Amino acid sequence: MRLEPKPAPSLAATLAYPAAAIVATFLIASLLVLAAGASPFSVFALVAKGAAGSQFAIMETLTRATPLIFTGLAVAVAFRAKLWNIGAEAQLYAGAVVTVVLGTGALPLPAPILIPLLMVAAMAAGALLLFGPAILKTRFGVDEVVTTLLLNFIVLLFVSMLLEGPLKDPMGLGWPQSPKLIAEARLPRIIQGKRLHYGFAVALVSAFIVWVIMKKSTLGYEMRAVGHNPQGARFAGIPVNATLIKTALLSGGLAALAGFSEVSGLKGNLTLDLSPGFGYTGIVVAMLAMLNPLGVVISAIFVAGIFVGADAMSRSAGVPSYIANVMTATALLTMVTAIMLSRYRVRWR
Amino acid sequence: MTPPGPSGHPPLKGEGDPRQGIVLSLCGITKHFGPLVANDAISLDISAGEVVALLGENGAGKTTLMNILFGHYVADEGTVEVFGHPLPAGDPRAALDAGVGMVHQHFTLADNLTVLENIVLGTQSPWRLRLDRAGAERRIKKLAADFGLEVDPGATVASLTVGERQRVEILKALYRDARILILDEPTAVLTPIETEALFATLRRMVADGLSVIFISHKLNEVMAISDRVMVLRAGRLSGERRTSETTRQELATLMVGQEIVPPPVEPVPRGPALLTLDRVATPSQGARSGLRDISLSLNGGEITGLAGVSGNGQAALASLISGTDAPASGTIAIADTAAAAWSQAEALAHGVARIPEDRHGTGTIADMSITENAISERYRDPRFSHHGLLDWSAARGFAEEIIAEYDVKCPSPDAPIRLLSGGNMQKLILGRALAPSPKIILASQPTRGLDVGAIAYVHSRLLQARANGAAILLISEDLDEILTLSDRVLVMFKGRLSAPSARGERSIGELGELMAGHGMEEASHAA
Repeated sequence: MRLEPKPAPSLAATLAYPAAAIVATFLIASLLVLAAGASPFSVFALVAKGAAGSQFAIMETLTRATPLIFTGLAVAVAFRAKLWNIGAEAQLYAGAVVTVVLGTGALPLPAPILIPLLMVAAMAAGALLLFGPAILKTRFGVDEVVTTLLLNFIVLLFVSMLLEGPLKDPMGLGWPQSPKLIAEARLPRIIQGKRLHYGFAVALVSAFIVWVIMKKSTLGYEMRAVGHNPQGARFAGIPVNATLIKTALLSGGLAALAGFSEVSGLKGNLTLDLSPGFGYTGIVVAMLAMLNPLGVVISAIFVAGIFVGADAMSRSAGVPSYIANVMTATALLTMVTAIMLSRYRVRWR
Repeated sequence: MTPPGPSGHPPLKGEGDPRQGIVLSLCGITKHFGPLVANDAISLDISAGEVVALLGENGAGKTTLMNILFGHYVADEGTVEVFGHPLPAGDPRAALDAGVGMVHQHFTLADNLTVLENIVLGTQSPWRLRLDRAGAERRIKKLAADFGLEVDPGATVASLTVGERQRVEILKALYRDARILILDEPTAVLTPIETEALFATLRRMVADGLSVIFISHKLNEVMAISDRVMVLRAGRLSGERRTSETTRQELATLMVGQEIVPPPVEPVPRGPALLTLDRVATPSQGARSGLRDISLSLNGGEITGLAGVSGNGQAALASLISGTDAPASGTIAIADTAAAAWSQAEALAHGVARIPEDRHGTGTIADMSITENAISERYRDPRFSHHGLLDWSAARGFAEEIIAEYDVKCPSPDAPIRLLSGGNMQKLILGRALAPSPKIILASQPTRGLDVGAIAYVHSRLLQARANGAAILLISEDLDEILTLSDRVLVMFKGRLSAPSARGERSIGELGELMAGHGMEEASHAA
């Protein structure tokens, strides 16, 4: 077997690759569903119904997609510059901690001032968390995969310590959880009585802004150049290290917005189960979107739909909802394969 | 001569065979890459004891043909026979086992191992725990003595010169009982003296009954070493001649298809010094020499040619002038003003145009579009961006200007630049570098790997810039190119510069002496 480079694919072909990856994912997941003794058709029909079969289901899916859009954008931005940020999970928690620290009464401000302030502060915390690995990478060549991945565990343990100590809610009956945010720090719901909140709108706007940065700005140009060929970028006079640092700040900030949005829009306080791996799932979301910021919105909704739908399905069909985790993991593998096939032709001799 | 090893090859054909003495036979080889026909029904036979030159421009199909012979590619049609036995397609081991050895242009040696270890690497069964060093060393020494390939089997490869490394590659093939040796552009990295030594080795080998395929695009070398010449053009065999019955002119015409007239070099008055280096030094990087107190000035209207064996500091000088490296000591002055800081951005801001040695890895960003590559050195220019936002229509317009003016053949300015051929890629780099009418031009190996037409084009553009008063530093491993274009020639050896010589003052032989380091001791003064 050997790989030969292909010419650039057309737009239609570019869209066909993620579609093929998703089809392959469903086929592979079908085998597991069969092994669990259920019919793939009815199971996937139940997943689809659970994800989009009712107004409630759609609201749930969009709510679940909101943090995934932020972490997906964070990963897409970083991966574009080949800065392998595996630490969106930690940056998410950093944003959540800052939101709780400043949003539980420390700053008695009206909502129109407090909410933007919390967003900026959360972004700064996430940016700062990725700044360290970025400096280590640019100065000393330390592999950021290792540093960002390990920071996830450090930050999660740190949050656990905060929730048992300084941030513990005195009224929380001993549970490791923070106090509730004050009302001025809460993002309002988009529709009264539903869980979908304005964090979703912030996510959509963020996706658009990131798209403009990547497509139209000199920073986006620098990020792409550095990602494709750092040696060539450096030769052309592009400040490679400065670009990587800026990328890290942007990526960390976006991931932190996921933490802000979950605390301020949905949960109202911080617990250790704030994120069931949104930071890691962001990698799948970004890869399915082929790192396109607008594609991230679609792929985040798709991935969220699988999780929400699988929860609903497992209640009625008896197939464990872990099938959703298997499917997202499989989707990452099939997507990486599809990206490779879009660039190379495989020759069997 | 060593007898065939246990892997063995079939004996030569017997007396009565009409195809007596033919050791390698390619028959009707055709290979398509999409719409491109890389090889079109190519047939050739090689006999024992002859040197056959495979002559052709880059992209003529020489490398594809050899890759098919070696099983790296599978031919669409055609067969390969070695010693009368068909070779299975697509099996790289088959050619090696049948006694075909190849010395690649880029060596495939492990730097941290010794010569002996490199040579025996892969010849021993992985189940054998001990290496028979004494036996291997005896055999290597005998091969080296037989063919004039002196090299110390105990030396680590990292400590060897390029010429010595090539000898190790040849020994490696001979150690594996190669009876047919293929050399891909073997002289590109050698001094004229080393080239002579290589030719002497090749002559001994053919006298011993081995066969050599010599791949090259250099006519004088082909004339000097080969018995027979096969000329490839655009994937076809355009001619086959006995070397004794042909001329350089005839081969050139067969290779290119038409006669290419080199651009005339008109006299241009010498202008003021535009870039001056004063006792500049940079550290060595591994085997590559740094600069050792170089003083050099580049004057307007003048092409300064820099010759030298690869790795003697030319790359360091190119990195310095292009802004990739800053001097460790000494100063760089633009016109009369010493530059305070030095980086790529500084070099560009001071009007230094750069044509880098490696157009794929350094000069372009392969996966970005032609437009994006066209503006890569000037995207912050007000012409292309305002307040951090790029003006893509202006950028595209600039790319279209270069495409039109420099005749870049491409599907569209939005196509990824990796789809361009080497010549078209170089034209785009040339257009990007020369668009702001620079006063200082660094041209590092500007025609390496290009075909004859593209070479003439690059030369004419450099001469045009010279006529417009630019100061040009031409770094090249092609001595003919240096001698044709340069008003002054300098030779670099171990990080130092020779005294300059005016056009026509030194012969190729004299330059070769300098490249080998003879007479360089007293010569590192201001140039």
